[in-house]
Amino acid sequence: MDKVYKAGSKVAQFLQFLGNTVTKRIFRLGFAARFFVAIFLQSGTAFRRLNLTLREVYFSGVLSLIIILVSGLFVGMVLGLQGYDTLQRYGSTEALGILVALSLVRELGPVVAALLFASRAGSAITAEIGLMKATEQLSAMEMMAVNPIARVVAPRFWGGVVSMPLLAALFSAMGILGGYLVGVKLIGVDEGSFWSQMQASVDFQKDILNGVIKSVVFGVIVSWVAVFEGYDADPTAEGVSRATTRTVVTSSLAILAADFILTAFMFTGA
Amino acid sequence: MTRTTIDLWVGFFVALGLAALLFLALKVGNLATSGNGETYAIEAKFDNIGGLKVRAPVKSAGVVVGRVSEIRFDPEAYQAVVKMQLDTRYRFPRDTFATINTSGLLGEQYIGFEPGGDTDMLKSGDVVKKTQSAVVLEKLISQFMFSKAAEDGTGSGKK
Repeated sequence: MDKVYKAGSKVAQFLQFLGNTVTKRIFRLGFAARFFVAIFLQSGTAFRRLNLTLREVYFSGVLSLIIILVSGLFVGMVLGLQGYDTLQRYGSTEALGILVALSLVRELGPVVAALLFASRAGSAITAEIGLMKATEQLSAMEMMAVNPIARVVAPRFWGGVVSMPLLAALFSAMGILGGYLVGVKLIGVDEGSFWSQMQASVDFQKDILNGVIKSVVFGVIVSWVAVFEGYDADPTAEGVSRATTRTVVTSSLAILAADFILTAFMFTGA
Repeated sequence: MTRTTIDLWVGFFVALGLAALLFLALKVGNLATSGNGETYAIEAKFDNIGGLKVRAPVKSAGVVVGRVSEIRFDPEAYQAVVKMQLDTRYRFPRDTFATINTSGLLGEQYIGFEPGGDTDMLKSGDVVKKTQSAVVLEKLISQFMFSKAAEDGTGSGKK
């Protein structure tokens, strides 16, 4: 009888834990959604005092330039090498330009740039806001009747949203340049067919504009996750470090999931 | 870091990003070549369009003179109706012959125009009368195989 009772209490404990976790998650999701709306409502300051936002564009955009440019170049160079290796088996190496450009503009540019952006800039935003919360700077602002969402969160959010599409475009451009360097200069694919085939099959609206839309969506996702995790972090050293990790994990997963949905909408069907 | 330095760097960053977008639009994409010139629409009916797609080029003598704008099915004639937007700079006689060709063995399909000798020119909304359908590779191969089998079959009957 005692054994049965013990087993029963174990099950009850497990169910309690399960229910608690799920409810917590749903609470957090609700808070995140409310927070998202609050950012939009409090965005006035971010635009009226533009230098606040510009400063964040500097921190999340300009300082990410190096990593984005170098990674873009190397991704393009690898695409050039691998694409050439596969295409030459079918004797259609002229299609290398199409392969490099379409994979970068449609998928790799926005996605990889967003993943890099999440780990380079998103984690920094979370750590900064989390630390502000831990050192009670946010509470101090509220005390002085300054809304921390308007003064701290919204500029960082909009800075990320502005930077992301520009970084993705730079990533794609650098990648195509890298593919060109390897494909044309190193391996010796015909330069004319590399560019002309690319131009013939990359459509401005269908491919490039959709890539830009993707990167804007990813920018919103990364910035939202980053500012929310920072704002919601436990105000301890450990809490800030956990929040920073969560930012990178959550936003990376969200980017990949959103990319699948967006691709399904944009590039399937006629 | 002073405010002006930040402004300078952000300006540099935004300019660089926009330049990358411009590069993508002009050098990588087809914005520059698509041409927003004036066009006129004509239609052509085909028995089979094969793999022709919207936005496929219309070429005459190898030069792109227009693009396919719409493909639909005519339920009365059981034919495919292809609508094309042609550049107004190029005029074609009324008895122009439209064929669906493939660039290369497995390349994309396009519409080829072979001008006839008529003195009247095609106007907007006209229908091209003489057309030739796409060559369906599978049909060709099966025809070849059947004729080959027929040749062999009369002799030995083994296969």
